[in-house]
Amino acid sequence: MGFEFHTSSLKAAVNWARKFSLFQYPFVTACCGMEFMSVAAPKYDIARFGAEFPRFSPRQADLLIIVGTITERQGPALRRIYEQMCEPKWVVAFGVCASTGGFYQNYSTMPGADQVVPVDVYIPGCPPRPEQVLDGLILLQERIQRGEGHSQIAIEAEKGYDVPLAAIRPLGSTHRKEEP
Amino acid sequence: MAQIVLDRLAARFTGGEILESGSEHGDEWARIRRDAWIPVAMFLRDDPSTKMEMFIDLTCVDRFGKEPRFDVVLHVYSVSLKHRVRLYCGAPEEDPWVDTLVSVWAGTNWFEREAYDLYGVRFKGHPDLRRILMYPEFVGHPLRKDYPKEKRQPLVRRQAGAPD
Repeated sequence: MGFEFHTSSLKAAVNWARKFSLFQYPFVTACCGMEFMSVAAPKYDIARFGAEFPRFSPRQADLLIIVGTITERQGPALRRIYEQMCEPKWVVAFGVCASTGGFYQNYSTMPGADQVVPVDVYIPGCPPRPEQVLDGLILLQERIQRGEGHSQIAIEAEKGYDVPLAAIRPLGSTHRKEEP
Repeated sequence: MAQIVLDRLAARFTGGEILESGSEHGDEWARIRRDAWIPVAMFLRDDPSTKMEMFIDLTCVDRFGKEPRFDVVLHVYSVSLKHRVRLYCGAPEEDPWVDTLVSVWAGTNWFEREAYDLYGVRFKGHPDLRRILMYPEFVGHPLRKDYPKEKRQPLVRRQAGAPD
């Protein structure tokens, strides 16, 4: 067995790893949930893209998938879930209701989840076809690779780097270093 | 179908408590004077010839521009005699209240809360008249015809220019 190695910039390598290991938190509120199940099930199989593992705790997830209508009353809960997620984190609005409020134009429905959380990819459709969802996921992966997610940009603006310190510390060191 | 219910009501309440009644598409309805709302409900539930054991629905209609403005609508059904009736009770705009039916059919509790939440009709004697669908911070009653269609009362919004 020969020794294989690969050269790349650290950022590209980290983002490559990120885009194929998305841990999703499905925030399912409405009928789009059926289509979401279809995407997750073997026929369309979102696992092929490395995003097969729904975590039902936002603290273990880095991809928030907002599936269905968001009401004004749910706004604070959605915001809190987003804030609990580990950085860097991404948000996908699944279906027109999560994207814009859809055909609801009334006192109770929020006109798009982006009123309370920053959305990276909008997937239209009522509900979207599973293929559209996979297309949206690939779009998100491209965005992650380029480092253009809302949260990636925010971290980079704040700290000046956007890769975990674990990736920077020397090989073989087991202790965690303090942030510079 | 349930003409017997209307007949019984007319025979029992002769003091003008039944303002109007009729039958449309096989469904009987009656409009009840506000002060007779509970006695009529009690009678319909307990009388052996009506036996309305089952409460089906309670809601409200905003007949904006008419008098009285609000109509509380009650649907009840008799499981044993298999007939149903629809009752109306008007509530004027200046002081929209109707007596609560929780003591007659316990199931009306949350329905009355809903009608209160969305139409602002108060149910006198209700044990827990709070909003049920809208959040406590909500101001006004959204299903009233004069509630602006585009009006929203957001609880939380992203701040403009926030980096997130």
